Amino acid sequence: MIEINQLSKKYKGAEFFSVKDLNLKVEDGEIYGLLGPNGAGKTTLISMLTSLLKPTSGSFTINGLNFKENKNQLKQLIGIVPQEYALYPTLTAYENLQYFGSMYGIKGEILKKSINEHLEVMGLSKFAHKKIDTFSGGMKRRINLIAGILHQPKVLFLDEPTVGVDVQSKNVIIDYLKLLNTQGTTIVYTSHHLNEAEFFCTHVAIIDNGEIIVKGIPSELIKNQAGAHNLEDVFLAQTGKALRDHA
Amino acid sequence: MHKLWASTYKEMLLLVRDLGGIAILFIMPVLLLIVITLVQDSTFKTISDIKIPVLLVDNDNGEVSKNIIENLAESNSFEIIQKSSEEEAKEAVFSGKYQLAIVIPENLSASLQKKVDQNVEGILSKFGLEEDTLNITKEVISQKEVRLYFDPATQVSFKSSVKNGIEKMISKIETQSIYKTFQTELDEEDSEPIFDTENFIAFKEILPTKNNEEIIPNSAQHNVPAWTLFAIFFIIVPLSINLVKEKNQGTFVRLRTNPVSYATVLGGKTIVYLGVCLIQFTLMLLVGIYLFPAIGLPGVDVSGKLPMLYIVALFSGLAAIGLGLLMGTIAKTQEQAAPFGATSVVILAALGGVWVPVFVMPKFMQLVSKISPMNWGLEAFYDVFLRNVGFAKILPEISLLLLFFLTTIIIAIIYNRKKNAV
Repeated sequence: MIEINQLSKKYKGAEFFSVKDLNLKVEDGEIYGLLGPNGAGKTTLISMLTSLLKPTSGSFTINGLNFKENKNQLKQLIGIVPQEYALYPTLTAYENLQYFGSMYGIKGEILKKSINEHLEVMGLSKFAHKKIDTFSGGMKRRINLIAGILHQPKVLFLDEPTVGVDVQSKNVIIDYLKLLNTQGTTIVYTSHHLNEAEFFCTHVAIIDNGEIIVKGIPSELIKNQAGAHNLEDVFLAQTGKALRDHA
Repeated sequence: MHKLWASTYKEMLLLVRDLGGIAILFIMPVLLLIVITLVQDSTFKTISDIKIPVLLVDNDNGEVSKNIIENLAESNSFEIIQKSSEEEAKEAVFSGKYQLAIVIPENLSASLQKKVDQNVEGILSKFGLEEDTLNITKEVISQKEVRLYFDPATQVSFKSSVKNGIEKMISKIETQSIYKTFQTELDEEDSEPIFDTENFIAFKEILPTKNNEEIIPNSAQHNVPAWTLFAIFFIIVPLSINLVKEKNQGTFVRLRTNPVSYATVLGGKTIVYLGVCLIQFTLMLLVGIYLFPAIGLPGVDVSGKLPMLYIVALFSGLAAIGLGLLMGTIAKTQEQAAPFGATSVVILAALGGVWVPVFVMPKFMQLVSKISPMNWGLEAFYDVFLRNVGFAKILPEISLLLLFFLTTIIIAIIYNRKKNAV
């Protein structure tokens, strides 16, 4: 379970808070979607929850643990799939996964088996020994995902895991995430794809200007929003139609 | 340990996949060593074997100028080209066509003889050997100057050595004139000289010995350690770029979320790049031992010194790696890391005495050079290569190199921790 209390982040020199007094509870086994326009604070929130960013104030725990006291324990517990391809382009898919798996302390036959199984599920077995810089965007996304889940995390954070990929790759990724969820992995993910979120997430929170505007089960949010037929209608009704360009 | 091994293996893979990078890491230092040694060796030959053309304007046409010309010719360093006009010689030198012109003034021989005669007669009269000197009024003889014109581009060291040589030559001519005049005044036959005009005091350079054999330093034994060290320290550039690349391609972000310490990440890089340093060192030694003699350069003698040389190379490599990792940790972009790293190496080399010996630096710079790890490494290499010392003598230098490595690594870890504190 993730418990976030009054969590805030204001970047050095920034005028406004990127995340402001945010409270959220994610129960075990949920797929929680953090939705919002560009610059809403989704990536900042995930970065804080994965130890990449120091909160300005507030606190959070993941399965009762926090980074100040249980850093390594917590890092072993969570997995992260960053938005950019966090892979070595001149190494093969297998070598990348072998390295990142080793960083979680997995070794030998267990690591080998885990890598091969994941590559198989993601349809990448025959590309295992090809260099990453020869891969398409969709293939890189799938390797990026495997690198974050090799150690079977209890909680998985994904930042836009399906951005810029073809429909086939997206389906493989979503299907596999659903499978992981059924096996007990709690998933927190950010996305711009509201259709995808509507059907994938058990719960969503719409964030704007660093604050949660509305949260709940997607179907209930649609039902409660007058005139809404889908999550996109709810999103637009809650966040407005104005462009959110930031520099 | 498993994570350190995995990090090391990954670094090794990244390195071997970059063939261009490997070529630069291994071929360029070797090329640098060969070129520098060839250049320095040919410069040495220019002074000792090849004759430098020198313009000479002889306005004296006497005994002294004849002597100067003979001495210059005997030195085997100069080819004398006589000119009739000082203006012409000056123009040729100042325009860079010649490096040096010597102008011997008019009546130099006669004036010198007059001056010597006066002095000798003065001395003899003091001893009562000259009867009629008291009534002679001394003629005032003005000082004569031999003028030297140097090409403005001529190096100071060359100018100094030429000036010293000519000064010594003139001094000898003066001395000989004095002795000769004394002999004449004492009515001695020229055929039976009473004065020995040769130098009484001679110099002998005592060289360090090993097994009763003198260790004669050559340009290769100076160049191999100096430029090997320079190449080892250039590891700073690819290493700092390697770290910045990790940050830019996102892999460092992933590593920060992994349960692995920054020290382990740096450890993997240290092991691989230390291997690179030692391979570089081996290649440069091989070039010094086998290639140099084959291309007419003096070879490097490493007999009985190899273990000590590798110890110095290892600790020098560690110091360079420590600095590279610190720079890579602090730099945000490759544009920051590459020029800063390269410039730092050049500065450290200059301070360390790779180009100009430390003892000729100004006092303040000599003090500053003591804090250059390249100076510690170079001194340790010279200790082993040229001074033939034991392990205990290089212990202070390699301890400083190790301390420098540990300090830079600790600063890098603390900086990273502070920057990424959660």
